[in-house]
Order: sequence, then structure tokens, then C-alpha cells
Amino acid sequence: MSSPSIVGSMIDTATGGSKTMVLNMGPQHPSTHGVLRILLELDGENVVRAIPDMGYLHTGIEKSCEDKTYSQAITLTDRIDYLNPLGNNLAYCLAVEKLLGLEIPKRAQYIRVMMVELQRISSHLVWLGTHAIDLGAMSVFLYCFREREEILKIFEFVAGQRMMTSYIRIGGLALDLPAGWRQRVEKFLKMMPGRIDEYEELLTGNRIWIGRTKDVGYISAEDAVAMSMTGPTLRAAGLTYDNRRVFPYSSYEEFQFDVPTRTDSDCFARYMIRVAEMRESLKIVRQAVDKITPDGPFRTEAAGIIPPDREKMKTEMEALIYHFKIFTEGFSPPPGQAFAAIESPRGELGVFVASDGSPKPLRVHFRGPSFINLQALPKLIEGKLISDVIACIGTIDIVLGEVDR
Amino acid sequence: MAENSNQNTNVVVERLRGWSPNAISEVIEFRGETTIVVPRKVLREVAERCRADKDLQFNLLSDATCVDRYPLEPRFEVNYHLVSIPRRNRLRLQVRLSSDDPTVDSVVTVWPGANWQEREIFDLMGIRFNGHPDLRRILMPEDWEGYPLRKDYPVEGYRDIPSIATRYTRNRP
Repeated sequence: MSSPSIVGSMIDTATGGSKTMVLNMGPQHPSTHGVLRILLELDGENVVRAIPDMGYLHTGIEKSCEDKTYSQAITLTDRIDYLNPLGNNLAYCLAVEKLLGLEIPKRAQYIRVMMVELQRISSHLVWLGTHAIDLGAMSVFLYCFREREEILKIFEFVAGQRMMTSYIRIGGLALDLPAGWRQRVEKFLKMMPGRIDEYEELLTGNRIWIGRTKDVGYISAEDAVAMSMTGPTLRAAGLTYDNRRVFPYSSYEEFQFDVPTRTDSDCFARYMIRVAEMRESLKIVRQAVDKITPDGPFRTEAAGIIPPDREKMKTEMEALIYHFKIFTEGFSPPPGQAFAAIESPRGELGVFVASDGSPKPLRVHFRGPSFINLQALPKLIEGKLISDVIACIGTIDIVLGEVDR
Repeated sequence: MAENSNQNTNVVVERLRGWSPNAISEVIEFRGETTIVVPRKVLREVAERCRADKDLQFNLLSDATCVDRYPLEPRFEVNYHLVSIPRRNRLRLQVRLSSDDPTVDSVVTVWPGANWQEREIFDLMGIRFNGHPDLRRILMPEDWEGYPLRKDYPVEGYRDIPSIATRYTRNRP
């Protein structure tokens, strides 16, 4: 959080002969996408120094996880990156499943892939809409949220919740897909490509859009790697680093898709990458829909870890005992530690879980891509114009819930 | 996957042992992940080797985090999750720190991206990083006392906040 000494040092330089001034941008600024505060030292309209300051949304989720059982902590993961709750569920569950050594049925894995890719599209839509509105293109925002609503309706239909779904659980999923899901997803898949064309028509050739984003916020590939950047920002610098391709999880190796990259590494390149990623996600959803069989298990069977079927509880003594034990005291993974990383819409989302053999995690840590990508913001904007600051914050695609956790 | 990870481990262990026999104090294999425990004194050199060595090339510091094993000693484990983009490999470096001197060399000079991650560990766990350019709190307010992620810090915190019920009754005539 804020540091009076830093403001002091900035003001000192201001009075020391030069003509700089300090501008306090945020935390209540619409273009900071939440409660991000940036201390800007300005020389006229040029940014001399930028110091991001966060922590306004810090809710101690990692600490809270330590006080819950492994299954209870899933509801907290939804609230980290609130534009990507299913992805957070998946990363956390993969880490715990790794700790337990669980195998997930293929059908459940495909359903996970389908849901997470739909989530990626919806997250990119929010990004595109808000980024465009920051730069003055009002109408794109309305179109993006119209399509996002369709995805949220699918989530509500499948999981019962629009946003905080908690749909992906340890060992599989919370529920099987409801009857009629296929028609809904098919309908969406049919509609979406044309809609992406519409956004591109509005923006890609738009002279104002190009003027605001082209050659703005450049970072070299070496710097991006050194600053631990991941996701579209890194791929816009020319590196094909995508966890779905490099370290496949949840059967991503069985899907055909491209990893879009560009080399310009400016805001426009990142925009093009995210639009291309939406199209690739549609391809993946298409394949997943074809792979998901109508019948089959939606979670694995593991005595004492996964809640048993309702029917079994009525006939089998052990099932009833396990059910009681899972919901009263939870399960205890072997002592050890595991790190699972997925490709979230923003970059590498890693979850580190350490166990000491008790039913509550010893430590849960989230490697939030927003937090780490934001670190490079001063590199993107120092020496540039103040209007570029808005474009650069938008292009990193931060979610403050994930930055502060 | 496991075979790949073993190969990776062998290369890393071989290169680091070849550089100095004291570079590795323990190698842990668990669920296909490699953890290399490094003595505190050589952490920065080992990190530099891992990044710069032609056969290792761990150029991306994915994550840095810390585990508190209170009341066991050594109490803290600082983990660095490394990724080699060219070699498509992952590795975890671990340093163990005792509670009476929780300090370790900073790796910001090796991976500049470690800056905020080390600040976060300092903020929430109270580990001090020698040579860090800007070691301030990052998530908690600057005047916060204590380190919230430590195991001896209560989940509810220390502050005595009166409940809404007591405040309500207190203000009544």
C-alpha cells in the first residue's frame, strides 16, 4: 500500500529545480479496472516515473484457505480472478489432484476444457469491451457484453451460477451436464464467429483505434521474460509460451489449436492476439463438444475423497461412512507439495499447495498472472504520454481481485 | 512425463554438482515434480547458474512463495518455481530458513521479475531479502504490524474490533 516516503521523494525532485509534478491516478479511476493506484511523476504530459500501488482489495484469501478443508477452499478460488472463476477452480483442483495422485475420467476432462474455454472467451470479451471504452469506443463495450451474457447463461444453465460457479471440484465436476446443454453450446458456437467479425470490423481497421494502440506500450521479448510476464503479453512479443501447448493439462494435447503470436509487442498486437485466441477457443469448444459422450462418469471414484453416489449411500454402509467423514472432517492428502499451472486468459495461473498430512492445507499460494504482469507496467509507460498510460493498463488485462488476492 | 522429469533432474543435478559439490543439499521427487534444496549461502549463485547455463536455461521465474512450518525447524521454506521456455521444463528451488534468522539473498539481479514476488513474501511472511532494491510492504498497509501468513498469526487478526451488537448497546441511553 501507499508509501508517504515515495510521494515525498517525488515532490522533492519537483521542487529541486525540474518541472515535474506528481499525479495520483486512482484508486477510484474507471480506467484502472478496479482499485489500482498509480503514482505518476509527470513532466508536462510525459511520464517520468510510475509507481503502481495496490492492496486495496487484499482479503487474505491464501490465509483463509489454510483454515478450510481442501474442498471448502474451492469457493474462495472463484473470487480471486472474478472474470475467470472456472479457470481458478481448475488450477486449484489440478494442484490438489496432483497431491492426491488422482486420475480424472476423460469425459470430465473434456467438460472442464469446454467450460474453461468458454470462460476464456467471456473474459476476453470483458477485456475487449472495457479496453475499447477506455480508449473511447463506446459501442464495442455494449456488443461484447451482449455476447458475454450468452456465455453466462450457459454457465447458469450448467452450474446454477452465472459467475461464482464452483463447478469444477476435486476429482471431477460438481454436477453432470444438464439435458439440452449441447443445443445451447451449439447455438452459441454458430453465433459467435460472426460476432467476432463484427468487433474486428469496428476496431481492426479503425484509424483512431490504430492511432491509440499501434506502437504503444512496447516491451522487448527479453524484458518480458525477465519480468516474468506470461500470456498474451508474452506471445505478442514473439514467444510461443502457452501452458496448454508446453505443459498440457486436462487432455489439451488431444485438441487441435494454434497458439497465435506476433512480434510487434505493442497494444495493437496484444489486441490481435486476444481476438485470435477467441477464435481458437471456439475451435477447442467445438472439438470438446464432439468429444463429450452423452453418458459416462463426471467424476472419479476414490473412497474417502470423492463423495459417493446418492444411490450407494442407501445400500452400502461404507459409502454412508465416507460421506459423513468427507463432509465433517474432509480428506487428508499425503505430506508433500504440488504446483499446477494452467493458461488463464491473462497468463500462467499457478497454484501451489503444500500438505502436512492433515485435512486442511498447510499453504495455498496463487501465482496470479495479473499481479506479475502488472509489475512491468512502469517499463511500458515510463517516457511515454499520459494518454498511453490508459492504453497500457488496459492491454495488460489486470483483474484487481487477482492482483491483491 | 516421469521419464522426462527424471532426465531433467539428472541434468540439473549433474550441472550443479559439477560446479560445486555443496550446491545441492537434497533432491526431492514427488508426483513428477523436482525440488532441489539449496543451502542458503549459495542460492544466488545457483539461481544464476540455472538461468545462464546453456544446458539448463531456466529463463522464466514463474513464481516465488514461502511455506511456514511452525513450530518445526527450520521453519520457513522459500520456493522458486522456474520454467525453461526453450527446454520446456519446470524446476523448484527451495531454501530452508530458521526462525531466528529468516534472511536470504534476493534473486532480483538474476530475474528482475522477482521484485514484487519477494516483496509479497516479505510483506506476508516476514522473510528479508538481502540486496533487494525496494523491500517495502506491497499488499498490507505500510504501518501494519506482524506478518499475516505466518502460522502463529491468528486468522481473525489481532485487532480487537467490537461486534456490531456491543456497539449498538453501548450507544443506547
